[in-house]
Amino acid sequence: MVEHLNAWYGKTHAIQDISLTFPDKQATAIIGPSGCGKSTFIRCLNRIHETQPKARAEGRVLLDGNDVYQEDPTEIRRKIGMVFQRPNVFPTMSIYGNVAAGLKLHGGYSHDEIDTLVIESLKKSALWDEVKEKLDQSALQLSGGQQQRLCIARALAVQPEVLLMDEPASALDPISTARIEDLIFDLKHQVPVIIVTHNMQQAARVADRTAFLYLGKLVEIAPTRDLFERPAEKLTESYITGRFG
Amino acid sequence: MRPPKRRRRRAKSFVLLGLCAVAVLVMLAPLASILYTCFVNGAGAITPSFFLKNPPQACNPAAGAPCPQGGVADAILGTLLLVGLASAIALPVGILGGIYLSEFSERPLARPARFLADVMTGIPSIVIGVFVFGIFYFVAQEGWISTFSAVSGYTGAVALAVIMIPVVARTCEESLRLVPTSIREASLALGIPRHRTIVRIVLSSARGGVLTGALLAVARAGGETAPLLLTAGFTTGSIFGLSGWTPSLPVLIYQFSAGGEPNTTQLAWGAALMLVLMMLVISVGARLALRNRFGGRTT
Repeated sequence: MVEHLNAWYGKTHAIQDISLTFPDKQATAIIGPSGCGKSTFIRCLNRIHETQPKARAEGRVLLDGNDVYQEDPTEIRRKIGMVFQRPNVFPTMSIYGNVAAGLKLHGGYSHDEIDTLVIESLKKSALWDEVKEKLDQSALQLSGGQQQRLCIARALAVQPEVLLMDEPASALDPISTARIEDLIFDLKHQVPVIIVTHNMQQAARVADRTAFLYLGKLVEIAPTRDLFERPAEKLTESYITGRFG
Repeated sequence: MRPPKRRRRRAKSFVLLGLCAVAVLVMLAPLASILYTCFVNGAGAITPSFFLKNPPQACNPAAGAPCPQGGVADAILGTLLLVGLASAIALPVGILGGIYLSEFSERPLARPARFLADVMTGIPSIVIGVFVFGIFYFVAQEGWISTFSAVSGYTGAVALAVIMIPVVARTCEESLRLVPTSIREASLALGIPRHRTIVRIVLSSARGGVLTGALLAVARAGGETAPLLLTAGFTTGSIFGLSGWTPSLPVLIYQFSAGGEPNTTQLAWGAALMLVLMMLVISVGARLALRNRFGGRTT
């Protein structure tokens, strides 16, 4: 649940007073034209926004009733996993090492636990069959789509309570995109997924609810079907019918 | 209209390519000449005694008495000790400094520190030698540390470290900057704390560049002569640790090449060859180390 979230880059007010709720076991899509603050918005949810120079955020983001902004950011980022626009595997690590990185660098896991979680996460991200023979090879040898699924596996390995995805398929070919979308469909039953996309068909395919952002403000949030078929706001309608954006 | 234009273009291309080729030759000629001369003159000096014995008294075999060939054992040892101690000081300081410059560049100290590091790389090494000698001379005069000699291996190693630190810090900074922000974000987004992100993810991704910078600095320190003349001194005797006058290969070359006696001149050539080979081993070692365990090369 998000209440009155505001975010700035220097003096630019990128997110203006957004409040909304993300239900459990659902995928929520965030759509809107380029530069409307979609990415900034979800980057505020796991407090990665504030790691950039001159960026700051205010407001309340509640996870299980606790305000994310009152807690330790590293602990929060572990509970709220994130997948980025471009696959960003750790270049010096193996496939196994990438998935295990979060667990190893947190400490407190035995070798067996790490093994189990790595295999589980790779299976969840539908990558296991493709990489089980070459877990110790460089992650850079994988294709873009495989790397992105590896990033998903890496995010899942630390057992997050929410998964954020920032245009996870925008750098991928159609087949890889379809695989990622199937994956989101499966994953949302385990963790709530919040996905930013500029692709409206994608939102319609994977999301239960869709939010439309414009110029840093929340215009409308509704069940995906309603938003696309009977938008309440004029602005939403003109965006989804392609009149601007 | 067209053919002459094309011909002119070809001629220009030919001339430019020719100039580039000449420049490459001009660049490589001294290198080839140095390697060749060192091998021709120095290879003969490299015998077991070269590594085991110390330099003999200068003498001329033409005068009748047999001249022992001698060796440069303690100068090799001295160079290894000096560069080793200097690296032990400079690499941690330089790498940590580089991390500060790159990862904490928003801090107010980062900009002046980077500027000073740049200035320091340009300071003539003899000035650094005088400076470090001055400090140690003062310490010795004041008698803060008993039986402390201002001219010693320790002084020399500190002088070399002062030369190395800015080189290590700036190359470390540059290679850390090449690591994309997305990699840092990936790590932070996993809930990995910033210090571990920097050490285990960012530094690890940039290790090739950091290592290159470190070895570059080691090679530079290994070849420095001027600051060692003042700080480490020179001796043809044996050394015990770094507390006294400590010979090194570059200073030995300086001392013996002007001496004029055949046996010491021969040793100077051998020492020059030795020094060149050591640098070669370091840079080849760096290249091998750059190959990561997946067979590819990292940045």
